[in-house]
Amino acid sequence: MTIEEFGRMLRAREITAEQITDECLLRIEADNARLNAFILVMADEARRQAREADRELARGRDRGPLHGVPVSIKDLIDIRGVPTTAASRVREGHVADRDAPAITHLRQAGAVIIGKTNLHEFAFGTTSEDSAFGPARNPHDPSRSPGGSSGGSAASIVAAMALASVGSDTGGSIRIPAAACGTVGLKPSFGEVSLDGVVPMSRTLDHLGPLAQTVTDACLVYHALLGDPAAIPPAPVPVNGLRLAVPRPYFCDVLDDEVRAQFEAALARLRDAGVRVDDIEIHHAADIVPVYFHISFVDTATYHAPTLEAMPERYTEPVRLRLEAGRYVLAEDYVRALAGRDVLKREVDAALAQHDALVLPTMPIPAPTIGATTVPVGNSEQPVRSMMLRLTQLFNLTGHPALAMPAGTTRSGLPVSVQLVGCRAQTDALLKVALACESYIAGTPSPRSGVGG
Amino acid sequence: MTIDQWLQAALADADRRGLPGLKPVLEALARATQSLRAADFNDDARGTQRSQQSTVDSPQS
Repeated sequence: MTIEEFGRMLRAREITAEQITDECLLRIEADNARLNAFILVMADEARRQAREADRELARGRDRGPLHGVPVSIKDLIDIRGVPTTAASRVREGHVADRDAPAITHLRQAGAVIIGKTNLHEFAFGTTSEDSAFGPARNPHDPSRSPGGSSGGSAASIVAAMALASVGSDTGGSIRIPAAACGTVGLKPSFGEVSLDGVVPMSRTLDHLGPLAQTVTDACLVYHALLGDPAAIPPAPVPVNGLRLAVPRPYFCDVLDDEVRAQFEAALARLRDAGVRVDDIEIHHAADIVPVYFHISFVDTATYHAPTLEAMPERYTEPVRLRLEAGRYVLAEDYVRALAGRDVLKREVDAALAQHDALVLPTMPIPAPTIGATTVPVGNSEQPVRSMMLRLTQLFNLTGHPALAMPAGTTRSGLPVSVQLVGCRAQTDALLKVALACESYIAGTPSPRSGVGG
Repeated sequence: MTIDQWLQAALADADRRGLPGLKPVLEALARATQSLRAADFNDDARGTQRSQQSTVDSPQS
């Protein structure tokens, strides 16, 4: 059930907030041992919030589209009175003394906080397998990763344990799990959603945003996170006449065959609907990886330096080693990376000057098997983590809003995802484009976004 | 400091600290640094520009 559907039923008195919350809690009870999506289930508190939401509605107080909606929260966001573990033993004993502003905004919007979701330790990874609480698993195939680092968040939605979730994205950590699990994931424009009360990875790359079942639902949660709980979704722009740009070199060079086929099929449906699709080039795309890693490794290592000295044994080994590597980067190379970041930012701006959005795959591969370090792509064997980050990390460097949405499945039923990228500080404009394109990219036309409008 | 000098120093330090697992991560980082330093957005005191070098694996695994 989507947030939109639940809202209609709630206001028609066909369901209550308590009933949907109980349904989510039942799903958690049934499947969390298998999926490990939640680190903490806040059952009693969620039921209390749901009953209060029902009482408020009965008294005539409607807080807006998230009223009574069960939402899960990535466990690096502070919720007053409970631990923020960041999926790490380093955080043992921590209890948050206040809500992060994002949580305050969700409460003001009437959302029911149902629990805290599993993640890659300190968000420093793409698979959600290096967690002090064990790996989160993909509901489509529990032997596979749900993506990361917000893996538990995406899994909680697909497994009907929550109607939406809030995650964080430093190199793709909302969009990668959205792609791996087949949900919508929105990384808003940089700086829009407050990061106060959120365990940082990189203060210049981190973004907070929603994961949800539809673009409309993502839009509702995004506006609630901004402190605008009563906002209604924007109307989609007419699909006929939209101008989208495909950055082919680099972004389409290394793709799994089935991902490529679904991406090209989505482009064909968009063209048939009247969208102009142009091929473009990000000239310094080959520099994305070195620029990203010099900045992200150093930023992340800086935050962790004291605990790497004091309690290194409390980190999972792969995360500890990546953190340690960041401590060896020379200052001169960090400055070079900052210069490269400016170049990339200008190139994405230029690519968007003549287009409504960029369109590209979100992840070059379907969800990988847990424990795999390499994955076959075409005739080559590629590192799993490099592949998962390859198409998303640029937009953390540049700060452009980016949204991942489902685009069919592989023959074995694993989700494929397409990413739309909009102009900086124009997340709502991107959402309008995404609403217009959603059914064409998914391959399931709906009445909401027919050809021409 | 050249990348080779940096890598040798980093590997020796990692070894001294009992972190042999760092070796592949540092080697991948060295390749990334090589690519970064070769990028054509870098300038230098002679006023010359480097030619751009291509792809590198991320030091993630």
